Amino acid sequence: MDTVVLARSFFGTSLAFHIIFATLGVGIPLMIVIAEILHQVKNDNDYAIMAKRWTKAFAVLLGVAIPSGTIVGVQLSLLWPGFMEIVGKVISLPFQIELFAFFIEALFMSIYVYAADRLPKFFRIISVILVAVGAVASAILITAVNTWMNTPDGFKITKDGTIFDVNPWDAFFNPSFLSSAFHVSVTAYMTGAFAVASVGAYKLLKGKLSKNESVYHKKGFLLAMIVGLLFSLISSFSGHHSAQILHEHSPEKLAAAEGLFETQRYAPLAIGGFTDPKTEEVKYGIEIPWMLSWLAAGKFDTKVKGLYEFPRETWPPFYVHTLFNVMVGIGFMLLGLAAVALFFWWYYGKRKKRPYPRWLLFLLIFSGPLSMLGIEFGWIFSCSGRQPWTIYRVQTTAEAATQSQNLAPLFLLFIGLYLMLGILTILILTSYFKRNPVSKEFEKYSGY
Amino acid sequence: MHEEVIAILVLWTFIFIYSIFGSIDFGAGFWAMIYHEHRTSAGKIANRFLSPTWEITNVFLVLLVVAFVGFFPKGAFTLGTVLLIPVSLILFLLAIRSAFMVFSYSVQGYRKTMFFISGICGVLIPALLITVLPVSQGGFISGFNGRDVLLIGKLFTSPSLYMYILFGLTSELFLSSLFLADYSKVSKQEGAYRLYRGNALLLGPLTLVAAVVTLLVLPPEANWLIDNLSDQRIWFILSFLAFLAGYGSLWWRNRDMDTAGKPRLALLAIIAQYGFASYGYGMAHLPYIVYPGLTIYDAFTAKETFYSLMIMYAVGLAILTPGFYVFWRLFLKDKRYLQQE
Repeated sequence: MDTVVLARSFFGTSLAFHIIFATLGVGIPLMIVIAEILHQVKNDNDYAIMAKRWTKAFAVLLGVAIPSGTIVGVQLSLLWPGFMEIVGKVISLPFQIELFAFFIEALFMSIYVYAADRLPKFFRIISVILVAVGAVASAILITAVNTWMNTPDGFKITKDGTIFDVNPWDAFFNPSFLSSAFHVSVTAYMTGAFAVASVGAYKLLKGKLSKNESVYHKKGFLLAMIVGLLFSLISSFSGHHSAQILHEHSPEKLAAAEGLFETQRYAPLAIGGFTDPKTEEVKYGIEIPWMLSWLAAGKFDTKVKGLYEFPRETWPPFYVHTLFNVMVGIGFMLLGLAAVALFFWWYYGKRKKRPYPRWLLFLLIFSGPLSMLGIEFGWIFSCSGRQPWTIYRVQTTAEAATQSQNLAPLFLLFIGLYLMLGILTILILTSYFKRNPVSKEFEKYSGY
Repeated sequence: MHEEVIAILVLWTFIFIYSIFGSIDFGAGFWAMIYHEHRTSAGKIANRFLSPTWEITNVFLVLLVVAFVGFFPKGAFTLGTVLLIPVSLILFLLAIRSAFMVFSYSVQGYRKTMFFISGICGVLIPALLITVLPVSQGGFISGFNGRDVLLIGKLFTSPSLYMYILFGLTSELFLSSLFLADYSKVSKQEGAYRLYRGNALLLGPLTLVAAVVTLLVLPPEANWLIDNLSDQRIWFILSFLAFLAGYGSLWWRNRDMDTAGKPRLALLAIIAQYGFASYGYGMAHLPYIVYPGLTIYDAFTAKETFYSLMIMYAVGLAILTPGFYVFWRLFLKDKRYLQQE
């Protein structure tokens, strides 16, 4: 492999690993906040137990999120020194503010975890809210840098690469920032909720629960489904808006995502299939006439640019069509699943007084992993759809990459690290919750 | 003052603060390993400090990297290219250490492993971190085919590197002993206090010897630095006086315990000692970030970015200060936390 491909694989692996923990690190705190508030409002200890157990899980995940985030942050300079040189000049602001968010999260996480018993009730809730705010703010600020790569703004550059006329705030609030940051946040909330729902569904399906346990898991499951449905609905709208931003600011990416070659009005939407590089069309897909034009800007006669509009060497890879489809497909699948799950909850539970269908619980076990997969596909789509650019129309990935030759052994070392941390995380979480089942919490629980 | 100078001053202040906190953090990990099953509560105290604080210290390390990239992008380019291997190793060790710190909090079975890993990392990570200093003083980077390469063989056979490491490690253990002596005293643990005070008494002179030898073995490429350092000698004299004051105050009587010493005063004086010395060293190093190819003027960021970064540092500090205050109250002052069994 040449150095650029190696650097891309290396960094991609680090990000793919980190994003799992980062996403849950945004999503789960929201669930904890909701549980803490419900505990106060309903005066129901089950919610306090939920908050406590989710915090345990969150603390373990954070133990991987922090070092893997440190790795990603520093590796940017190690693997993409050319890129970071421009970043430093133009868009270091969100990185810096992100650290403050990170400080707030780390400070109040320590306070919430290690000093909970010494804090007054309201301060405990404030702490956990600050943890959640710090987490989502970090995600939003990092997204600011990523969106700036997609739609760079706030500076000018001469032919020989000298940067001038820098406006850091314009770079920060680049055209795709708000839309993407919103999408990243709501999909993280959706993933956190489905991750909780997965565990609940698994527990309910496995059965052998005492009455208390069953009530507890049902409450957690219902809460997660409601939050999951709400945020998958918002996610679908925000995703739609992000696609419109693509139409406006990154037309090659949208064209590649849709496998559209000819610029046209009344453009069709291609679902599924793959882009055939020989015939330059989408094969085995379903085409919905006029739909792409309508989605891109709300009118059937919108002119959507095809790939022929752009020089061939700046085309994104064709596989982004599949990535895009999988991301969107998972989003809609989860939206449907959550809606059906909640409808059945009402239909069987409230109206028919019959047990909840087991096949549905079985399907819902997969909702968390699926949602995470959607996140992964979304990020890979966003970044490989920008290729060959690291900074769209400013710097190519090859120009950004390191010139060092020693990447391969380091790459292997870090793959080993990620495997080890991944396996350990699963072992720690399962062994902890096995040894501290929720039944034990009921016994020792006498309320705060 | 030029913007470049303000920027390097801010950055160097961050580096100084991190080197103090980092020393205490990694040193506490090391002592927690050494005194894991000690009859005094020395190990427990080190760990009690470490549990809530290591995440914050870690954030500070990231802050350094981000501040460096923001203020001196070209410097990040050069050092990022050159230090790929040592920095990757630091990241690797940090990840393992952090993960085990958290895991051991959840599952008791991991405690032993955690103490071991965090203790070993407490030595290895600072040793790797300090390699930046000999690299930046020149002689270990060669440019060929238009790109910079670290002369790893030359670096790792250079006595200068090992003296820097020795100086770094003795300083780390000295500072952390002092801090933990103070922490033990606040926690009213006389046995642990006596132990950490003894360590500090032993390590203090060692740091001075290490510092002097480090200067003596500087390679010929660093002659420029030696010349500059002697111009800054006033700072080193002040530093030495602060050392005498701090070291001496470990023998002053105090009202709370039979064992002598005012560790809070000693700690502050020793921090001042390192502050003076860092300032002198930093001044001597200017204008170079990496000698001879990279000065703060070549590496500087866009002016507009510099100003917005400075404003945001002020805003961020204002927002965070109350948080740090609450944190300090809860974990470094609250008797319910300090004196638990």
